[in-house]
Amino acid sequence: MSVESQLLRFTTAGSVDDGKSTLIGRLLYEAKSVYEDQLASVQNSSVNRSTGPIDFSLLTDGLRAEREQGITIDVAYRYAATPRRKFIIADTPGHEQYTRNMATGASTADLAIVLIDARKGVLVQSRRHAFITSLLGIRYVAVAVNKMDLVDFREDVFNKIQAEFLAYANSVGLKNVAFFPISALEGDNITESSPRTPWYKGPPLLDHLESVDLVEARNFTDLRFPVQYVNRPTLDFRGFTGQLASGILRPGQTVMTLPSGRITKVKSLPSYDGDLAEAFPPMSVTVCLEDEVDVSRGDMIVDPNHVPHVSRRFAAKLVWMHETPGEAERDYLLKHTSQTVRAQISRIRHRIDINTLAEQPANKLELNEIASIQVETRRPLFFDSYQQNRITGAFILIDPISNATVAAGMIEESTAESLEPLKLGSLEFTGETEATVTPAERYARAGHYPATVWLTARQDLAMLLERKLFDLGCQVHVLADDRESHLLPELARVLNSAGLIAICSIAAPDPVEAERAAALAGENRFLLIDPQTLPVRDEEASEVIMKQLEDRSVLRRKERFEIGEGI
Amino acid sequence: MEPHILSHLRALEAESIHILREVVAEFANPVMLYSVGKDSSVMLRLAQKAFFPAKIPFSVLHVDTGYKFKEMYEFRDNLVKELGLNLIVHTNQEALDAGTNPFKLGTQKCCALLKTRALLDALAAGGYDAAFGGARRDEEKSRAKERIYSFRDKFGQWDPKNQRPELWNVYNAKIEKGETIRVFPISNWTELDIWSYIEVEKIPIVPLYFAKEREMLVRGNNVIPLEHNYPIQIGEKPEMVKVRMRSLGCTYCTGAIRSDAETLPQLMDELVQFKRSERENRIIDHDTEGSMEIKKREGYF
Repeated sequence: MSVESQLLRFTTAGSVDDGKSTLIGRLLYEAKSVYEDQLASVQNSSVNRSTGPIDFSLLTDGLRAEREQGITIDVAYRYAATPRRKFIIADTPGHEQYTRNMATGASTADLAIVLIDARKGVLVQSRRHAFITSLLGIRYVAVAVNKMDLVDFREDVFNKIQAEFLAYANSVGLKNVAFFPISALEGDNITESSPRTPWYKGPPLLDHLESVDLVEARNFTDLRFPVQYVNRPTLDFRGFTGQLASGILRPGQTVMTLPSGRITKVKSLPSYDGDLAEAFPPMSVTVCLEDEVDVSRGDMIVDPNHVPHVSRRFAAKLVWMHETPGEAERDYLLKHTSQTVRAQISRIRHRIDINTLAEQPANKLELNEIASIQVETRRPLFFDSYQQNRITGAFILIDPISNATVAAGMIEESTAESLEPLKLGSLEFTGETEATVTPAERYARAGHYPATVWLTARQDLAMLLERKLFDLGCQVHVLADDRESHLLPELARVLNSAGLIAICSIAAPDPVEAERAAALAGENRFLLIDPQTLPVRDEEASEVIMKQLEDRSVLRRKERFEIGEGI
Repeated sequence: MEPHILSHLRALEAESIHILREVVAEFANPVMLYSVGKDSSVMLRLAQKAFFPAKIPFSVLHVDTGYKFKEMYEFRDNLVKELGLNLIVHTNQEALDAGTNPFKLGTQKCCALLKTRALLDALAAGGYDAAFGGARRDEEKSRAKERIYSFRDKFGQWDPKNQRPELWNVYNAKIEKGETIRVFPISNWTELDIWSYIEVEKIPIVPLYFAKEREMLVRGNNVIPLEHNYPIQIGEKPEMVKVRMRSLGCTYCTGAIRSDAETLPQLMDELVQFKRSERENRIIDHDTEGSMEIKKREGYF
């Protein structure tokens, strides 16, 4: 094995008796990763479930309980190496109740091998494996159609399975699916093309594992550096340590720190082996910044031109992993990159039947169930959708009483607003993407997001709110009612485009105009104040509105969030 | 543009450093178990890298059975000086004074007292909430299912059926007072990875790993070191044999292997040729099928 070989992490999914352990045992054996004494211990074992001289599956079944039951019950990690690649294999059980383990094994995998018994074809379990593979964002799928020796290596059997699986794979959004007609027991198409499948023109399985593209799968564009630990050995050294989730870091590069929104530059990337000229994922590095910026664990260093979502609310898919059911409006701890916050499942939107993909209503989540949920956290997270970023889009839930890890979450495509182009008479305002000053830069300078506050019949309150926001350092402007031109929504939008908080103070309710303003500002950036529920006193009312702006993450004054926080 | 891909060794290094930092950031009082072996040497280098330019921000704990090789003690003491480590040595002196040794009590009981008991006592005495260990999943079958963060109850025990699921690189560090987490930053390294890294990084290791003519007792297939007055039977005679140690433990229970590998490249060549796994010369794993699993349940690393 050369020092320059690459690392491929893959997982295996198969039902009981698909021959998964045998396949892994065979791969280890062929990659010469089995030692003689281990082989001898297998040969001496009182159990041999295979018909051949060596039961390869015994090489991988570790614990006593499962050796007795003959079922793999927990994720086991195996290692194999060829001159081109080193493999970390997450051997996960395919048994019905162990969705949790499969998700665990899949979470770090670049590729999944899905085993299908050639005699049985695509079963419910195979679909389930495909779904979890897609859910956990695995990029490559290798379908090993096993036990081809038991169907006389028939091409039509293989083709039928291939067509059926592919149709399902497409429906769950899996790409890069390859198929292999194999016999794990007899070694066909594992390391060498089998003479018994002359109709199969593809590579043997091991070849495929050695050659799938690992560079393409990485995101080098959107810088995400979650700060793990601040290294301060002396007064004049402050290094922010962490593992790059995505993007590239170079000295001199302009970066933004979140949640402060400060813009600064990378001063250096010091390391034990000397200063680095650049860092890329998944490197663990230390970053020194040009300016004295207040950054601590849980903060994130990002690309100011491609900022992540900053929010306390998001939609996610959840795999429930504990015997105690998951419920909405219960307190959990949520760990996301290097940040742990209090969180609640604010709503269970629906449960997903992993066999049929049907969406079903649910009040709680049982072990091994997968659901679409809404999450609310006490402090804002900096995240991307899991589809875009497997690190900044992933989180776990921890039960604050038992300390158990109860769920794994994948943040979904954010519902962030995409703004309609604005036309005002003959004037047309360009979309933000074409502007030279980006919203991120405005955000960085202003310290808040733009927003439109829609306030009915509270003129004094509008003025008080403007004063309070201004004193907080916000850029804010009150737009008074204009009953003639009906341009309030558009004017607010122009202020928003400039990064301002617009307070629209209108005399009487006007739902049509409010709706237009909401569409123009974007749903997340529009605050419709209900006069019925607002306190009568302006002072109290202004506090309520400020709190709502914080909840929407429009204001992200850290000190305001952290009061009484503590975990 | 250079292709941005890490070699497998650098990818493993990055993963391990992430784990080391995560523990230091989240636990109040972590400690690193230090066995003086090659894996421990790699762990220390990883810790140096993780916290550079600072010194390693935790103590290292050597659970000393009293039966280690002389060269190990010398190596340890030099390294401690060189790296400025805060070394804590813990020995179950009571058991040693009572004459505990494998000949009298058998290997299982001897290990239980001098290693497992001593380790649990040392962890309790130091009030450590997290302890780094250099165990690797490729070492032994029951280790293959070990988590990176391995939860231990108030008695230091491991329950293989009740481990926390571990996803991505998001580790659950929540514990109650008295409970601990054993952390295995080099879980995903293989023996060959360790040696490759030692070579690339020029990491110092105990010379016992290299072949040399040494005075040994040859008994059947076993080549036994004679330190600590190994009991020689009537008719047996020590002889000079060119041997090295593939893994380091107590002299009584660490068999040597015949070898000509005097340098790292030779050693790695030998390893690639090897057909026997590295713990094979450890007498303790062989007592009964699944004996490592039993030890781990009781609190052994």
